[in-house]
Amino acid sequence: MSDLVKDALEVKETSAVKETVEAAQSAVRPLLEIKHLSKSFTGVQALNDVSLQIQQGEIRALLGENGAGKSTLIKVLTGVYPRDSGEILLDGSLISASDSGHAQRLGISTVYQEVNLIPTMSVMENLTLQHQEKTFGLISWKKAEIRARELLAQVGLDIDPLRQLDTYSIAIQQLVAIARALSTQAKMLILDEPTASLDSDEIKQLFDLMARLKSEGLGIIFVTHFLDQVYSITDSITVLRNGECIGTFKTAELSRSDLVSHMVGKSLEDLAPTAHDHSIKRERTELLQLNNVGKQRYLQPLDLNIAAGEIVGVAGLLGSGRTELCELAYGSVKPDQGEVTLSNHSLTKSSLRRAIQVGMGYCPEDRKQDGIVAELSVRENMILALQASKGWWSPISIAEQQKLVEEMIQRLAIKTPDMDKPIGELSGGNQQKVILARWLITHPALLILDEPTRGIDIGAHHEIIQIIKELCEQGMGLLVASSELEELVMFAHRVVVMKDHHKVSELHGNEVSEQAILRTIAS
Amino acid sequence: MINERNLPILATLLVFIMLYGFGMYEYKGFRDTLVFSNLLTDNAFLIITAIGMTFVILSGGIDLSVGSMIAFIGVLMAYLISNTGMHPLFAIGIALVVGVAFGAIMGVIIAFFEIQAFIVTLAGMFLFRGLAYLINLDAVPIDHPFITGLYDIYVPLPGRGGLTFIAMAMLVLLALGILIARRTRFGMSVYALGGDSHSAALLGVPVKKTIIKIYALSGFYSAMSGVIFAIYTGSAYPLAAVGVELDAIAAVVIGGTLLTGGVGYVFGTFLGGMIQGIIQTLITFDGSLNSWWTKLAVGGLLLFFILLQKGIVYWVKKRSAA
Repeated sequence: MSDLVKDALEVKETSAVKETVEAAQSAVRPLLEIKHLSKSFTGVQALNDVSLQIQQGEIRALLGENGAGKSTLIKVLTGVYPRDSGEILLDGSLISASDSGHAQRLGISTVYQEVNLIPTMSVMENLTLQHQEKTFGLISWKKAEIRARELLAQVGLDIDPLRQLDTYSIAIQQLVAIARALSTQAKMLILDEPTASLDSDEIKQLFDLMARLKSEGLGIIFVTHFLDQVYSITDSITVLRNGECIGTFKTAELSRSDLVSHMVGKSLEDLAPTAHDHSIKRERTELLQLNNVGKQRYLQPLDLNIAAGEIVGVAGLLGSGRTELCELAYGSVKPDQGEVTLSNHSLTKSSLRRAIQVGMGYCPEDRKQDGIVAELSVRENMILALQASKGWWSPISIAEQQKLVEEMIQRLAIKTPDMDKPIGELSGGNQQKVILARWLITHPALLILDEPTRGIDIGAHHEIIQIIKELCEQGMGLLVASSELEELVMFAHRVVVMKDHHKVSELHGNEVSEQAILRTIAS
Repeated sequence: MINERNLPILATLLVFIMLYGFGMYEYKGFRDTLVFSNLLTDNAFLIITAIGMTFVILSGGIDLSVGSMIAFIGVLMAYLISNTGMHPLFAIGIALVVGVAFGAIMGVIIAFFEIQAFIVTLAGMFLFRGLAYLINLDAVPIDHPFITGLYDIYVPLPGRGGLTFIAMAMLVLLALGILIARRTRFGMSVYALGGDSHSAALLGVPVKKTIIKIYALSGFYSAMSGVIFAIYTGSAYPLAAVGVELDAIAAVVIGGTLLTGGVGYVFGTFLGGMIQGIIQTLITFDGSLNSWWTKLAVGGLLLFFILLQKGIVYWVKKRSAA
């Protein structure tokens, strides 16, 4: 069958005309066929008329930026979400999975980024859960152990199946998860960012396994953020953007710059190589210094300096290490090597409270999860960081709080009927401003913003960028991570480009342009 | 094989042996099999309750209704036997069915309305106690010849000891509990649920069905305990077994089951219940201490085991991170 596919492909390829892979493959029956799939959530079109086909023995990369619809597509495939319209065919027959267990019985197995096994059970118990063989109505652990060893051998693991799962590394747990996924006669294997927490040797081990499964005729969907991995293991690439299928391409025929253009929805040619005026006018006084700061399995060591009155942008695709850089710089994740200093105070081993006291501020990426306390009022949310840095034993009087908060509401033009309204009832843009205000009243020397404009409307978007510029003029140093290159280019003096969890380049002054950033990411 | 999962139960076993060894060393009377067989009989109803509780706690839940259930079942049995003249065997059958049904109802509420087990079983605790009073306000004797006949069944052991019917019933229920926990899919689902309920669902464990079965099983074991308690005391009293749910939880935890679920053994619970019994016996042998010292010792042990488990969890995490 897979030979047939190859023949079919070659015939078409030689026919000079540039056809898409899909057209070429229609000659044989695909293993998985998705036809005109749509799915929306309360008005948001998460998937819009997505069609794709995957052959036996094909490794397909599924790529896209945040909100592209990758995880929705996977969840519809595995029955976690019902679909609105469209058809899914596996091996030529129409399927409709009702839950993850049903999908497994149909032949679609999924391995998630977070290992979805039971950490407190043994490897054997995990592998055989719900599928234990019985003798006289009771589970036979002798048979289970034999079965577990078979499954482990299948993924090339030589470990003791009787030991508890969480005594093994994440990499091994991931392989155990794959072994389990294969135990249910899988035809289609979906790997959802399995490599995010693996090191290079472990990734190689995983890729060897994927290559073997491919040769056995399994279809594999591989979701990842690492472009290097896409090019080293996949046969073809499907790019999603804003819930639409941008196209399916043969990996060998798609250049990196084209791929990045498809993902972000901008082509290099369209972008003017012009740069704004990115020079700093004042004298350089260093604020934040990262010296060879890194953490294993998290971020490769890197250097970074930020001076007063300077905005440093962090660019990169989703999962490239933008947030990781922010977390390490702020100290909410402690680096395992390198030195962090802020205005000559060493923060490498300090508590967050100390970091805030010497002038650090951080607005995290996920506003709902890490930023706001939805039930607390605007005032209480705003006062949190200041109170924390003062310590809980020296409360700030209500009058003083009201004065500070009133000032900030004016200064940032926060739209709220009064300061005692629960912050959860405000719009996204105003929530973001409250979080900004929270840090501004602590008078930070350095402010780290991770995706400050995510999910807010255009008006508020503009205002926040203005605030960022003003803060910079007042002498604050800013580290801003953003997936929107356009906005980075507008205000950043320098841009650090991240890729596969390391810093690939730093663009200065006139080098900063959308085109240059995209080129660096794609290189 | 010694691995981190078995450490708590090994610690339990060690404590059991040390306490028993201390008793044998200190008191001559302790060396007779009579002490051991009395331990089995006197703690039977606690251990039976705790076996059901083990499943609940393994799944990450809690069942506060078991003490009231014991009283309610006893009173119900007494009513059926004395007032309706029913044969005790039927009465026991009905009592067990009622226990399982009430347990299952609590399970349904916990599973489908996604309400914390703590509050649902707390409601059950008040409800069963109230129902017991509804049937009967005072202590009544159960003096049916069948019941006294059961009480008198006795298999002598070497020495002065011997297995009573109550002790044997407890041992059979213990063996049944061990089989259910380790050798059935339901048992493994309980462990999976307590280990990580989200993953368990993704692995195909029927979460709601399992939860209902767990509380039904706990209902069965506490009803069984109610029956045993009625045979043991030969009477029924609505105020019986107050606070037994807490003793049962203590037995489970001292037996090495992780209170957050996922890790533990039914056999550990047996040891946990026996340890509480030994402490009580030791204090009786001493003669100079009053019985409240039992509570002190049990409290101290409980604290020790909780800290031990925390330490092990921390150690395992640190090792797998390295």
